[in-house]
Amino acid sequence: MAFFLETLIGGLMAGMLYSLVAIGFVLIFKASGVFNFAQGAMVLFAALAMARFSEWVPGWTGVSSPLFANSVAFVLAGIMMFVVAWLIERLVLRHLVNQEGATLLMATLGIAYLLEGIGQGIFGNDIYKIDVGMPKEPVFVLQNVFEGGILINKEDFIAALIAALLVGALTLFFQKTATGRALRAVADDHQAAQSIGIPLNRIWVIVWCVAGVTALVAGIIWGSKLGVQFSLATVAMRALPVVILGGLTSVPGAIVGGLIIGVGEKLSEVFLGPYVGGGIEIWFAYMLALVFLMFRPQGLFGEKIIDRV
Amino acid sequence: MMGERVIGDVILDLRNISLAFGGVKALTEISFDVREHEIRAIIGPNGAGKSSMLNVISGVYRPQQGEIVFHGEHFARMNSYKAAKAGIARTFQNIALFKGMSVLDNIMTGRTLMMKANLLQQAFWWGPARREELAHRAKVEEIIDFLEIQHIRKTPVGRLPYGLQKRVDLGRALAMEPRILLLDEPMAGMNVEEKQDMSRFILDVNDQMGTTIVLIEHDMGVVMDISDRVVVLDYGKKIGDGSPDAVRANPEVIQAYLGASH
Ligand SMILES: Nc1ncnc2c1ncn2[C@@H]1O[C@H](COP(=O)(O)OP(=O)(O)OP(=O)(O)O)[C@@H](O)[C@H]1O
Ligand SMILES: [Mg+2]
Repeated sequence: MAFFLETLIGGLMAGMLYSLVAIGFVLIFKASGVFNFAQGAMVLFAALAMARFSEWVPGWTGVSSPLFANSVAFVLAGIMMFVVAWLIERLVLRHLVNQEGATLLMATLGIAYLLEGIGQGIFGNDIYKIDVGMPKEPVFVLQNVFEGGILINKEDFIAALIAALLVGALTLFFQKTATGRALRAVADDHQAAQSIGIPLNRIWVIVWCVAGVTALVAGIIWGSKLGVQFSLATVAMRALPVVILGGLTSVPGAIVGGLIIGVGEKLSEVFLGPYVGGGIEIWFAYMLALVFLMFRPQGLFGEKIIDRV
Repeated sequence: MMGERVIGDVILDLRNISLAFGGVKALTEISFDVREHEIRAIIGPNGAGKSSMLNVISGVYRPQQGEIVFHGEHFARMNSYKAAKAGIARTFQNIALFKGMSVLDNIMTGRTLMMKANLLQQAFWWGPARREELAHRAKVEEIIDFLEIQHIRKTPVGRLPYGLQKRVDLGRALAMEPRILLLDEPMAGMNVEEKQDMSRFILDVNDQMGTTIVLIEHDMGVVMDISDRVVVLDYGKKIGDGSPDAVRANPEVIQAYLGASH
């Protein structure tokens, strides 16, 4: 029982990060109808920026404090994600308005390759590390309930907490501010939103920025755990089955979907892994999503996909 | 019923507008004008090009030919943003509300162009952003009172019956405080009582707020009752233009309506 709980909690914590990346994905889909294949590349790009800037800043400024280096690197990486969002709107989206979904999808594939290429061109293609001082040692909790207690990885716990806080902050932003309202309006009906003067271009830059910030935070967390390398883009694409499961158009769906996939991966790895061989966590999420699709094609919370005007 | 309305100068002038979709000529060389404070109706059989006309004015469709003059400003190519900025608000024939959002939020979106607080101020719910939100909220509550929809303020519009959705659609357009309001069949699918309510709201908007109104409507009784002047379209051509009585007596108009068996 304690072991099961331990796995479950581990899964929930890992899932929170998937939720975060999935939210960026859903926002872009809702606001611009684009199925963004570049989300993984954005995570890689952001993590590369963070890792390298934190390495370079002490040299540039002569200040050797890691806190200072990390803070400046975070701001710089954030600015880069903003520039990326702005360029994508300017150079790509603006010219592809009202194109077929397939065209837009291909465009994001192109953006993904470009980002990976440019990112490695600017920042290098080695393995880099991000050290934001995440505690590595595990702790035991609930020792009075279970014998030996439950092992919790502190790093995962803090990561999940940060992800949850960011998700909460974003939700508040969308519910409580004028821009959030405009964004929900665009997501609901492009044409009506335009008719009341909401500038679509601005909204697109904002959602790509938000997706950029989620990518940055996820990139830092995964990067500090796994190291920053090319495979980070693949890790981030595990959020793909999450949005299929949760529904492409639903933010709550992205959150719940992320948690389900996180838990599913961990449980299957631990309890099914020994029977079907290793590597199950790589395909399990997709299988779960596919099975799910058969019963609810629009996903857990998704609405039927409405044609763009 | 009407107050001391004084019809003013031409506020909107449509000159020689032609619009085609592939081979379909939706509008052929249409010209007419709209005067300040008046209620101008556009009528015609199904497929006559009425909605297309409205879509041209509000920048949804780009005509191949022609010019729009609004408040002295010439627009060869209007777009939705420019139109909204210039003070043109509209409702849609097939209601285009934000279905997942509450009535209040839907109407609040109409204030978007008037919001000045920047993203940062909004994100931190800073003084200017908060004050602005409250001021607009007060205005929106006035509109809600005016349209008598207080009881559904918090309801997601997707759950409302058709007639009320039409009313919210009008509310969102009113929230923009437009100079001119384009209404595409605001009473379609309504029962007699709902139609009376809607006619009253339209007249009150025109009368109390002085808003100029362009209205597409199939119900002849309503059109004859509330409009000052009427444009008649048929197969994308203008076949009549004038006072309700003049239009009703126009043989070409009678022919079009009899021919289309309405
Ligand atoms: N987006 C479009 N693409 C292709 N054809 C269109 C489009 N919009 C309108 N049309 C065509 O233009 C013509 C005029 O249509 P429009 O909707 O303006 O008529 P209407 O007078 O509003 O009719 P109704 O009373 O049925 O609303 C029709 O033949 C219609 O099929
Ligand atoms: Mg129509």
